[in-house]
Formats: sequence, C-alpha cells, structure tokens
Amino acid sequence: MKDLLFGDMWGYDPAPQGTDFVELDERYGHFIDGEFVIPEESEFFPSINPATEEPIAQVAAATEETVDKAVQAARKAYEKYWKKTKPAERAKYIYRIARMMQEKARELAVVETMDGGKPIRESRDVDVPLAAAHFFHYAGWADKLEYAFPGAQVSPIGVAGQIIPWNFPLLMAAWKIAPALATGNTIVIKPAETTPLTAMLLAEIIQEADLPPGVVNFVNGAGATGAAIVNHDDVDKIAFTGSTAVGKLIQRQLAGTDKRLTLELGGKGANIIFDDAPIDQAVEGIVNGIFFNQGHVCCAGSRLLVQENIHDEVIDKLKRRMSTLRVGDPLDKNTDIGAINSLEQLNRIQELIGAGMEEGAQMHQPDCDVPETGYFLQPTIFTDVTPSHRIAQEEIFGPVLSVLTFRTPDEAIEKANNTFYGLANGIWTDKGSKLFRVAGALKSGVVWGNTYNKFDPASPFGGYKESGFGREGGRHGLMPYLKLS
Amino acid sequence: MTKKRLSVLKTYKLYINGKYPRTESGRYLTVKDHKGGFVANICHASRKDFRESVVAARGALGGWSGRTAFNRGQILYRMAEMMETRRRDFEAALVDIAGYSAEDAEAEVDAAVDRLVWYAGWSDKFTQVFGSTNPVSSPHFNFTTPEPTGVITVFSPKNAPLLGLVSAVAPVIVAGNTAVLIVENDAPTVAIDFAEVLNNSDLPGGVINILTGKRDELLGHVAGHKDVDGVLCFGPTAEQKKEIALEAADTVKRVKFYDDPDAKGWRADDQQSPYRIMPFVEFKTAWHPIGA
Repeated sequence: MKDLLFGDMWGYDPAPQGTDFVELDERYGHFIDGEFVIPEESEFFPSINPATEEPIAQVAAATEETVDKAVQAARKAYEKYWKKTKPAERAKYIYRIARMMQEKARELAVVETMDGGKPIRESRDVDVPLAAAHFFHYAGWADKLEYAFPGAQVSPIGVAGQIIPWNFPLLMAAWKIAPALATGNTIVIKPAETTPLTAMLLAEIIQEADLPPGVVNFVNGAGATGAAIVNHDDVDKIAFTGSTAVGKLIQRQLAGTDKRLTLELGGKGANIIFDDAPIDQAVEGIVNGIFFNQGHVCCAGSRLLVQENIHDEVIDKLKRRMSTLRVGDPLDKNTDIGAINSLEQLNRIQELIGAGMEEGAQMHQPDCDVPETGYFLQPTIFTDVTPSHRIAQEEIFGPVLSVLTFRTPDEAIEKANNTFYGLANGIWTDKGSKLFRVAGALKSGVVWGNTYNKFDPASPFGGYKESGFGREGGRHGLMPYLKLS
Repeated sequence: MTKKRLSVLKTYKLYINGKYPRTESGRYLTVKDHKGGFVANICHASRKDFRESVVAARGALGGWSGRTAFNRGQILYRMAEMMETRRRDFEAALVDIAGYSAEDAEAEVDAAVDRLVWYAGWSDKFTQVFGSTNPVSSPHFNFTTPEPTGVITVFSPKNAPLLGLVSAVAPVIVAGNTAVLIVENDAPTVAIDFAEVLNNSDLPGGVINILTGKRDELLGHVAGHKDVDGVLCFGPTAEQKKEIALEAADTVKRVKFYDDPDAKGWRADDQQSPYRIMPFVEFKTAWHPIGA
C-alpha cells in the first residue's frame, strides 16, 4: 500500500519571500569607532548567495592595521565612555538594540537567508527572534550584576575580541555582543567571511541606537583577520565560536598571556532513542536534530543511537519523514532544507559521505528534487555505522545522520560519550527515572530530554571536553565577561 | 659517643591509589631542615609515577563523583578531624623543616583544619548557589547544574606546605573531581604526612594522589596527558604558564593559575572562596517538555 504523503500527489506552489525591499551596498568595509569605513588599500572578497552562487556584495578583508584601529577605538570607548556609563543606562542602550532588531526583523531574516542559505522559515522564526531576545535578556542584567554572583565584587574585563561562525551569523553576534555589553566591556567582533551581511545590518542598528562610538566595532575578514584580533596586545578577552581545530590554535596562541578565553567548539551529538520512547515524536526530534539549518549546527544530533529492537521501525518512519522534506530555494517559505553554506563546506560533507560509503555504512537519501544551481544536498542517513567509522567520530556539519544501535542504557551512555566532543545529546524515553540517570551520565553541556535543538537566552549553553569551555546564555553567560573578586 | 637509642626514621614514599609505593624511578630528593641538617631522602617522582597516578585518579572518578554531596562533605570534615589529632606532628615539621616559629606553625595548622571544614560545608551547597533553573520562553523545564570536570592535576603551592596543599586540593575534590598533586617545596615530607591524614579519612583511594617531585620536569607530561581534564597551578613562572597552556590546548584542557602568597598570606580569608570550585566544574543544562 502506498503512503499518502502531503505534497506527494500534487506539487506545492512556490511561496517565495520577496526581496525587493532589501537594499544592500555593493561593497562593505568595517564598522569602527561608530563609522562605516573602507580603508583605501583594502582587498575585497565576495559574499556569495549559496542558493544562486551569485555574489551579493564585496566585503573588505581587515588587515592588522585595521584591526588595530578597531581595538584602539574599543579601548578608547571603554576608558572614556563605557566603563563610566551607569549600568541602568547601559541597559537601555541594549534594550534599544533589541527593539530595533524586532522592528527590522523581516529585513534581517531575508538577508540572513540570502547570505547564508538557511530556509527563511528558520531565519524568520528562530534566528532573528532569538537574537533580539538575547539582547532583551542581557539588557536586564546590566544593572543587576551585583545579584548575579553572591559574595563577589564584579567588574568588566575591558576589550573583548569575538570571532563568530557562519552557521548562525546574527544569532552568534547577539550571543557574543549582548553579554559583553551588559557586563561593561567594549567589543571588536569579526563575522565569518562567508556570512558578514547581517552583522553589517546589526552595525547599522547599533549606530542608530546611538551607542557611544567604539563600544562595538565590526571588522570583516577571514582567518588572518581573526588571528590579528587574537594576537592583539590590547585585547583582554577572546570569545570564539567555531571549529575545534581553530579553537585549539587560539588556545595555543594565547598560551603565556593573561587574556581570558572562552571556546564554543564542535560537537558530535547523540540522539538516544529508547524502545519506550514516543516514536513519532522522536522521529520529529531526529529530523529537527540533524536537518535543522542543513545540519550546520555544532550541537546537531548527528549520531542516532537507537535501541536495537526498534531500529527497523524508527528507520522506516525516519525515511518516510525524510521523503517529505523539501530541499530548495531558501527564500521559499515551504523549504525545509536550504543551501549548504559554501562550496567548500559542500565538498567537505561530500568527502565524509564518501568515507561513510567506503567504510561500509549504508547510505540512504530520499528521492527528491534538488536545484541544479546552488550548493544543495539531499538529507542523508547512514545505517550500519560502527563507532570507529569516521562518520561516527568526525563532525560533518551537514545534513548527514549516522545511525548506531545499542541494547542497554549503559551501552547507550558509553557510545554517546565515545567521542572527544561533549556539547549536546538527546534522550527519548517515556521513563523519567531512566531519563534522569542517562542525562546525569552523559558528558555534555546540554541534554535535551524528549526534545532537541531548543535554545533560549536564559538557558546556559556550552561544552564539555573538546567542545570547549565557558557558557553562553543566562546568568552563567555573564561569567566569562566579568572579573570576580 | 653512641646514642642511647637510635631513632627509627620514616621512609617517605608516594601516595597513589590509596597506597604508598616507592617511586618507579629509584631517584630521590634530599630534604634538609632549615638549618641544613639532613631530614630524609624522599621520592623523586617520575613520568611513569605520574601516569600511574592518572590511572588511579581516573579509576576513582566515577565512585567519588557518584557519591552524594553530603557524603563528600562528611569525608572532607573527617579529613579535618584527622588533621586536628595529628596537629603536633604538622607543627613540628613546619618548625623543624620549614623554619616556622611555633606561633606560625600553630596558625598554619589551625587555618588548614578550618579551611577543610569550610570547604566540607560547601559540598552540598555550591550546586544550589551556582546552579539554576532557567525561565525559558517555551513550555520546557530547564535547569543547569555543575558537574565535576574529571581528573585534575594540581601543581601545589610552594609556600605554606600544609595550608597551601589543603587550599589547593579541597575545592577541586569537593565538587567530585579527582586529583594528582605534584608537590615541590622546602618541606615536601609534609605532603606525605598529609597523605596519612587522607588515608585515615575514608577518602577512597585514588581521589587524591600525591607525588613529590620537580614541577619543571613533569610540566609538559602533565599538560600534554590526554587523560587529564584540567591543570591547576599555583605561582607559576611565565615560562611554566606558557608551557602548561600550550600543551593543554591539544585536548582543550581547563587550565587555571593562581598566585602563591606567602605563608601568612595563605591564611587570609580571601584565599578561600566558592569561586575556587568553579574552574573545574562543567555546567550541564537539561531540557524537558512540559505538557500533559
């Protein structure tokens, strides 16, 4: 008997989000000391729309000199204005930013999708509202810091250098900027080279919010620009989100200095499905865990650990659900899986898919339409995966799920913990006592019970082991930006 | 002239996994009293001794972190009890070897005992103070709790042979971590006397392991060891700081440096803080839907 799947017997009409109201500049430079600047000697690189392969803007790469100007501006702003600004006033600036982001939510979402390839459904409903919510949450902390850490005196650190990744460009900027501002630090932040545009819109918002010049500075560029921030003598703290390899490099570069460091690095999250789980909900959780944002999520549930006796049932339902996922134009409101962020990333995912097949795992992809231009990939799962396979150990950062099985809770715990990472895991079971026991034994900074990929500004987020150290979100997210004495 | 009775000297060994092995290296360090007189030949721990200690600390981790916070607190308190009953030995060692005045020796032992009691009390409280339930904007129960980081290597203070040791290790183990202490100071025999306190305190073997040795010699092995989760170092030189941090980066280890004040400085109240527990805890945030 053939399943009746919605959208199977008739096609969807396209439901494109309009872009005509969006005005982007042809060239972007940096935002330093309250001004947008493009140094004369700049080299430019294109920011490409991964769904069309067309460049949307040219972006300047900041040299060491440019980074130095930004750091000097941040230092001056720290000494001259920001550390003297009354906490309640600091709070109001941050509230302003939150409100202006809400006012410009549509524009931010559209640019986020054009620049990064993520479905408009996600940038509109997740990225932008959560980013604004982070500013809103941390604004309220600015004048309440003496309540955050009992028995300790708190003071800001100074100039924070922040480097953020391409998977959630605006949201990661909010995660970094909001707590740093609330705690009284000034900022030099570098967006990722493939997704700098919403950061430029955020810089406009910060300018309109009338923050004192130099309190927040944006510099564009790639690894060399990031290194210039990390190595700058007058930066007091580095906050990095990105790959574990680069995180280790930064930790090395800071060795012997007194700079403070927090790292939010990679992950290889396990979604553990016990046989007493609500299977249909678990399948939704698996899909959300690995296919949200094309799997470009450090805490993605990229390993499915399913109890052996329900393996076939879960995989059948998962395949059926995958066949309903729509891959295509990220600006179409019906799209579930948008474009892979860059050609480089697509190549890396393909390489790991190749490794999975070579090492003997079984690949499954639904029979779905994939646009001919743009960097697209069908949702992919591998069954018959063993813990030693590369696809069970290495972060793929794409819509690729590796399925392993287990028999007992202890085996599930052991397999889930069997990576160098420790960012997030999921547990699906109807039994509370089992859920709490397994949650306690998992070595990860986030455990989602009967849900996955939930985020909130009040909820601390961060890793164990090689997934990094430090927390972002909530009261715990203030700690990396404060001196306690 | 022959003495009436020849005293029996103590052989100072290492303390690994609740036992007192000799160093595998067969090497020794000579401890002299503050007047230059011979006190003892103590073990000069090797890289292999360190590796054995890590195995012991890893083995003890599950049991120790799995105990109730209340029970860990009782054991820390028991350590204070044991130290109090042996206070004359510690005072004598501080006077004879480290050259303390009787008054200072008494003050250091007092402070060490009190500090253990103070951290004992934190065992079942820091979770409440530093954990949280988080008011997320969705129907989820969301809470954050601190958990131990794992195996922590401690380059213990060079000053305050007893109080420094206690102040360094108590906040590490109270959270459920296990520790390997590397002790290098003028009175390292005190560390082995301290091991005897531990051994009589119901502290499971392997939770604290003590090596007398050379900080510089073991530095790279410690920070580069893949089964060590964190490194704590008191009063590092600039070079030591750099080497530890550099090696630690390979496995994204947690690293924390503190100053090493003088003996009197160690007695100050600001040398004890629940925030000294924080560098070696991980915060775990758990989510669960709320619904019917």
